Amino acid sequence: MKKYTYTEKKDTRSGFGAGLHEAGKKNENVVALCADLVGSLKMDAFIKDFPERFTQVGIAEANMIGIAAGMTIGGKIPFTGTFANFSTGRVYDQIRQSVAYSNKNVKICASHAGLTLGEDGATHQILEDIGLMKMLPGMVVINPCDYNQTKAATIAIAEYEGPVYLRFGRPVIPVFTDPDQKFEIGKAWMVNEGTDVTIIATGHMVWKAIEAGEKLAELGIDAEIINIHTIKPLDDEAILKSVKKTGCVVTCEEHNKFGGLGESVARLLTTELPTPQEFVATNDTFGESGTPDQLMSKYGLDAVNIVEAVQKVIGRKK
Amino acid sequence: MKHTIKELEDIASQIRRDIVRMVHGCQSGHPGASLGCTDFFTALYFEVMNYKTDFTMEGAGEDLFFLSNGHISPVWYSTLAHAGFFDKSELATFRKLDSRLQGHPTTHEHLPGIRIASGSLGQGLSVAIGAALAKRLNGDKSIIFALLGDGELQEGQNWEAAMFAPFNKVDHLIASVDYNGQQIDGPTSKVLALDDLQAKFEAFGWHVINTDGNDMQAIVEGLHYAKTLTGKGKPILNLMSTQMGAGVDYMMGTHKWHGTAPNDEQLAAALAQLPETLGDY
Ligand SMILES: Cc1ncc(C[n+]2csc(CCOP(=O)(O)OP(=O)(O)O)c2C)c(N)n1
Repeated sequence: MKKYTYTEKKDTRSGFGAGLHEAGKKNENVVALCADLVGSLKMDAFIKDFPERFTQVGIAEANMIGIAAGMTIGGKIPFTGTFANFSTGRVYDQIRQSVAYSNKNVKICASHAGLTLGEDGATHQILEDIGLMKMLPGMVVINPCDYNQTKAATIAIAEYEGPVYLRFGRPVIPVFTDPDQKFEIGKAWMVNEGTDVTIIATGHMVWKAIEAGEKLAELGIDAEIINIHTIKPLDDEAILKSVKKTGCVVTCEEHNKFGGLGESVARLLTTELPTPQEFVATNDTFGESGTPDQLMSKYGLDAVNIVEAVQKVIGRKK
Repeated sequence: MKHTIKELEDIASQIRRDIVRMVHGCQSGHPGASLGCTDFFTALYFEVMNYKTDFTMEGAGEDLFFLSNGHISPVWYSTLAHAGFFDKSELATFRKLDSRLQGHPTTHEHLPGIRIASGSLGQGLSVAIGAALAKRLNGDKSIIFALLGDGELQEGQNWEAAMFAPFNKVDHLIASVDYNGQQIDGPTSKVLALDDLQAKFEAFGWHVINTDGNDMQAIVEGLHYAKTLTGKGKPILNLMSTQMGAGVDYMMGTHKWHGTAPNDEQLAAALAQLPETLGDY
């Protein structure tokens, strides 16, 4: 198992804030909009340097998406910022009609996704957003795994033409990816090569997959770990190549197993290469209040859950 | 009057203590507008509303209350506990794992007193209207109360509801606005000004009254007066001016305490200003 270490922990939303600031410096068409959550979305640096390119819309997410769609018509590249729940479910039809169907270059940037939002509870903890967004034709869906990857992804989506959903979170987690990485939309990252099982992880679950990989190595199981940061378009090639080698797969995501990354992988495999698969994901449930660690543990999203899923799926190999 | 003003003020003082202790206990939550609305909740539950603490979802023959700005759950939970819906010891579980006192109010955990989830802003007025329509169909003349944040009024759904209620003569509805002039990113006047709310609601066909939400006498009288206006063809809007953080000096006059928990020292400073009147949980 390749050794991964980290010297600091940071929140992915801060990676977004830093990436937005960079993207703003690189391209004067980059504009940002926020619905009364500037601090939570870490937009301060962008606002300080480009105040005229920032729009505070107030607590009015539907209006924000519509305004963003309109700004693309004047050549702007709008980044909208609010919590994941209010970025998706709240404004689904506005996104569907004015952004996705109209193919507008809006970047929907969503913080506080998943259970790790913590104490605010289920009203704010969306576990369905990946599903909602990936179902929209033409929508790119990205869920980066640490500060550096989120920053790189933010810069990359500014350079990509078309609607994007970028999902990130609130907790501070290890920073373990390359600070100078070039982010390629739709290209999986090989975290660790292995032969016994393919672990496919996204977002906050990637570090947990690495922890699981270390435990599995101690048990004599050689896990291949792939980071799928882009859930749509899915890197079919990388997944099929790995699964051909290992013969079984475990998908890991901080999301409902109904409609998430795991289902995208299952759809691919069932048509191309039927393979035993286990899902580490929430199981058709809402969240609740608690600390992020408590919730990840209660809802089965820890390294031990990945280890158990791997043992189970290996047992299912023919 | 069921209580004297002094008695109501004492209840409010205890609720304010609970709020800061609850938010301190889990180091998260929203003290600012909870404190600002404490006098309103006290007046509503200890003087104005008719209800049973033997909770049923339908609440037939009872006045019902809906909190649209769900983040001020601490004040509601403490009020419900002191009103007898559940034991006040449960307040210690606020926002903790496996609690019925979720960060934002929910029916999912079956906490008595709560009839709908809120937290995602802008939905409560519609729900209150729906409950009022159902009561009308049931021939139940009880009153529906709702509370909305002022920043929350930036959500468009409120204005869909604001247009619907007068047109449909939903006149057993008293909606109050927590008019504290603050939201997360700053004063409402700087983020997205609401301007003349009275004129806006009147233009939509509401009967608008103004109250001072941090003067117990005024808020009790204001709500009693609002009740006399029900059944006259118009919904009633209570524009209630409040101070975010009311009762704790260092939390007042700023939006900084919208969603920030006090540390140990700040807790002590807050509690020193709030007499313990009914016993801490
Ligand atoms: C739909 C939605 N958007 C954003 C938020 C995040 N949020 C929670 S409270 C709040 C500010 C609310 O302002 P106001 O209604 O004035 O309440 P106050 O600040 O006075 O407590 C925001 C933006 C939310 N809960 N729901």
